[in-house]
Amino acid sequence: MLNVDNIELHYGAAQALRGVSLTAQPGKVMTVLGRNGVGKTTLLRAIAGRNPVSAGTISFQGQDVTRTRSEARARGGIAMVPQGREIFPLLSVKENLETGFARLPRRERTIPAEVFELFPVLKDMLSRRGGDLSGGQQQQLAIGRALVMRPDLLVLDEPTEGIQPSIIKDIGRAITFLRNRGDMAIVLVEQYFEFARDLADDYVVMDRGEITLSGTAAEMDEDEVLRRIAV
Amino acid sequence: MSMILLIEQALNGLQFGVMLFVMAAGLTLVFGVMGLINLAHGSLYMIGAFAAATVAGLTGSFLLALAASLAAAAAAGAIVEIAVIRRLYARDHLDQVLATFALILIFSEGTRWLFGSFPLFLDTPDWLSGPVELPGGILYPAYRLGIIGVGLAVALGLYLLISRTRLGIRIRAGESDREMIAALGVDISKLYTLVFALGAALAGLAGALVGAIQSVQVGMGEPVLILAFVVIVIGGIGSIKGALVASLLVGLTDTMGGFLLPIAFAQVMEPANAMLLGSALASMLIYILMAVVLIVRPSGLFGVRS
Repeated sequence: MLNVDNIELHYGAAQALRGVSLTAQPGKVMTVLGRNGVGKTTLLRAIAGRNPVSAGTISFQGQDVTRTRSEARARGGIAMVPQGREIFPLLSVKENLETGFARLPRRERTIPAEVFELFPVLKDMLSRRGGDLSGGQQQQLAIGRALVMRPDLLVLDEPTEGIQPSIIKDIGRAITFLRNRGDMAIVLVEQYFEFARDLADDYVVMDRGEITLSGTAAEMDEDEVLRRIAV
Repeated sequence: MSMILLIEQALNGLQFGVMLFVMAAGLTLVFGVMGLINLAHGSLYMIGAFAAATVAGLTGSFLLALAASLAAAAAAGAIVEIAVIRRLYARDHLDQVLATFALILIFSEGTRWLFGSFPLFLDTPDWLSGPVELPGGILYPAYRLGIIGVGLAVALGLYLLISRTRLGIRIRAGESDREMIAALGVDISKLYTLVFALGAALAGLAGALVGAIQSVQVGMGEPVLILAFVVIVIGGIGSIKGALVASLLVGLTDTMGGFLLPIAFAQVMEPANAMLLGSALASMLIYILMAVVLIVRPSGLFGVRS
């Protein structure tokens, strides 16, 4: 499904990713763990096509997308929930959700019911401006917007960052629901260890742009992982 | 000073203002969405006027001439965006100013080469050439009323386009976060070409509408371009609503200032001096207005604080 193979990425002279490989499969959550600044966000941006890689390949649904632009990857079915959410503050909640329509044929341009089932609060706020929502509501909106795209791959960058506990639970439930439905691959970058562990099927731990540990969640050596991600 | 004269001048100011809006709307849209300063916007105005004058000369139809102005300016805009402008988005404003200034020279010389240096004339259509009697017995040229009508219709159309349509959602979303809108699968280059062509078409329309009052000649776009920049700075760069309010403000200030200031000065000095001082001050008035607005609201009337 998603196959990241040995990618390198540079910001000018600085190398942000070194030989990173990772896969994601439908119905599974691949979790990326690591401290601040080790390249987790960069990896997601590379997957979504927002930063070009300098070596290695990224393939998605059997096609090489390494040089494909971000909008074409989105059309192919990669949806991103970026760090800091990046909802459109001056657009209403409804309009924010409708920005997810671009890849859909005209007759499928509806907001799927599951968005409001997972995040009922959005339904009550459809005409509010995105910027007027609380941080947690904005995060739910960003995930809802990604789901409107009916993606095959959902990448989430620290969805719990700065969010109150009750909404973190909602977000966790939503990710579990999407995973169990079985048709979507999920890559989750997370610093909140317990949240990530509970959702993960597979995991990788990153440090200084490299993957230093990986495996299935069932066989995870928690102490070792915690030691590597502790600040 | 009669009431009728005052109302006539106010209508002239309104007509001047809506024409400036049609011109400034594209400029502010392009700046708001793409962050591009386009000095060549005045060239698109000129292209619209020349296309209209040519088609009117060939067919005798004013409506066809207007359609030609829209089509020619939109096509020129799309070609220029694809060939030149899209290479400038990532660059700083100075590069944009230099490159689009070069475009002005190319368009001006190209037009001179095709049409010569003599002005062309575009006649107002027969069905709009007479005066209309307004309530109160005011006679006002039908054509100028027509410009006011077209300008307000453009304002309404743009409002509906931006606030009600899917394209409008993309335009507003692209204004705030172009990277995210691409990550949602929107083809940014297509969106930019479309927005640029739309702005160009409006500039072309303004050129054609004004071409029938003034003459159609090389260099006609630049004085209007400067006024359009004044308008978008006052209104707040990127804001269509701001452009509308500011263009009416600038149109009325300029026209009413030129009319009222000499009269006001005549109360306290000799008529000849009053005329001189009044018109000198009147020509500065919109720049004084701009300075005052910028002191009170540095990002313009409806600008988003950055």
